[in-house]
Amino acid sequence: MASIEEGGGGDHKKGPGVKKAKKLSTRVDMTPMVDLGFLLITFFIFTATLSSPATMDLNMPKDTKKEDETKIKQSGALTVMLGKNDEVFYYEGELAPDGSNFKSSNFKDIRDIIINKRKDVIKNYTPDPKDEDLKQKAKERGDANWQNAALDKDFVVVIKPDPEATYKNTVDILDEMTINAVKRFAIVKISDTELQLIHKTEGK
Amino acid sequence: MPHIKIARKSTATDMTPFVDIAFLILSFFIMATKFKPAEPVPVVTPNSVSSKILKEENALLITFDKDSRVFVNVNAKKDPEKLTEVIQGLNTTRNLGLTPAEIENFKNSPIIGVPLAKLKGLLDIPAADQGKVKQEGIPVLDTLNNELVWWVSETKKAFAGEKLLYIIKGDNNAKYPTFEGVINAMRKNDEFKYNLITSQEGPPEGTELYKERMSK
Repeated sequence: MASIEEGGGGDHKKGPGVKKAKKLSTRVDMTPMVDLGFLLITFFIFTATLSSPATMDLNMPKDTKKEDETKIKQSGALTVMLGKNDEVFYYEGELAPDGSNFKSSNFKDIRDIIINKRKDVIKNYTPDPKDEDLKQKAKERGDANWQNAALDKDFVVVIKPDPEATYKNTVDILDEMTINAVKRFAIVKISDTELQLIHKTEGK
Repeated sequence: MPHIKIARKSTATDMTPFVDIAFLILSFFIMATKFKPAEPVPVVTPNSVSSKILKEENALLITFDKDSRVFVNVNAKKDPEKLTEVIQGLNTTRNLGLTPAEIENFKNSPIIGVPLAKLKGLLDIPAADQGKVKQEGIPVLDTLNNELVWWVSETKKAFAGEKLLYIIKGDNNAKYPTFEGVINAMRKNDEFKYNLITSQEGPPEGTELYKERMSK
């Protein structure tokens, strides 16, 4: 620690009553100044890194006519519905008329459901030898085994947020797509049957 | 016996170089920091694993807050005249009857969040005081009267031939229909690529994305 030195003040050379001017050292205690300096540095470091926000790209499909709609295999589809209070509902393939395959979940478990479904679809995938597009893709990648070019080709996640879902839920589920490397997903308007099922489950 | 004398050293160190370095770093950070412009609408953005950093470019910033009010803000860093084009286009197509002074005022407006019918009233207020006025948000929920469509189309026209980003900044607690309304407004204008502003977070361990990032 730097310290301020004091000159000896106690000698009375000039006689009693005559005060001698103190010899003051020019050294100043720098510690508080350093403290302040580093405090400001930390402040500026934090504000500097926080000011550039990240962005998430979102591409929506073009509004096209009904016949152009992408055909998806029901076996590879997973429909995820977002309800109020961060609730998640889902069903695999087509919704059964009695709603028996309609299940409820939450944001923690939905990841495993997506991963399992993806594994399942990949396991059951049978490549179509007529699929020229697939062969082309494999060739571009330099992969001799064209059947493996897109194992998860049939896997599609359909996202249906209900009017009670929040924006956070929507971004979270889109994020889940990135996290689990789901290449094909779509945001679709929720149907009335599904809404009713959600209300029924929520009402319990 | 030899007597070893240990020199008594003072514990006081000279702090001056330390201070020098501290303030050098400090001045560097002050210079390098760009402060966030004051936010006219408080918005808490959701987290995502996306690590892309937003570039400062020409952009139409669409904000919606926790009460699902929608605001727009046109960023034209290089050419502020584009803003005049946007408001003038809106003035003619929607017959708003804006005066030149009001059009001039639009350039300094921090953010706009009123229905088109009330835009004239808002632009009468000096730009600095507009933040104090309670704005009700641009209507987007009604498919037939989605006023954001006009904003997007005029901005698109003004920036024709230039790169224009559509930035969506939404609050965690905003309801989904608002987001849908915003997206629909852009889809009606044949714009399908958007940037959602999010806060960063790391990918959860063990997932596909985690493996991918680790392998890089």
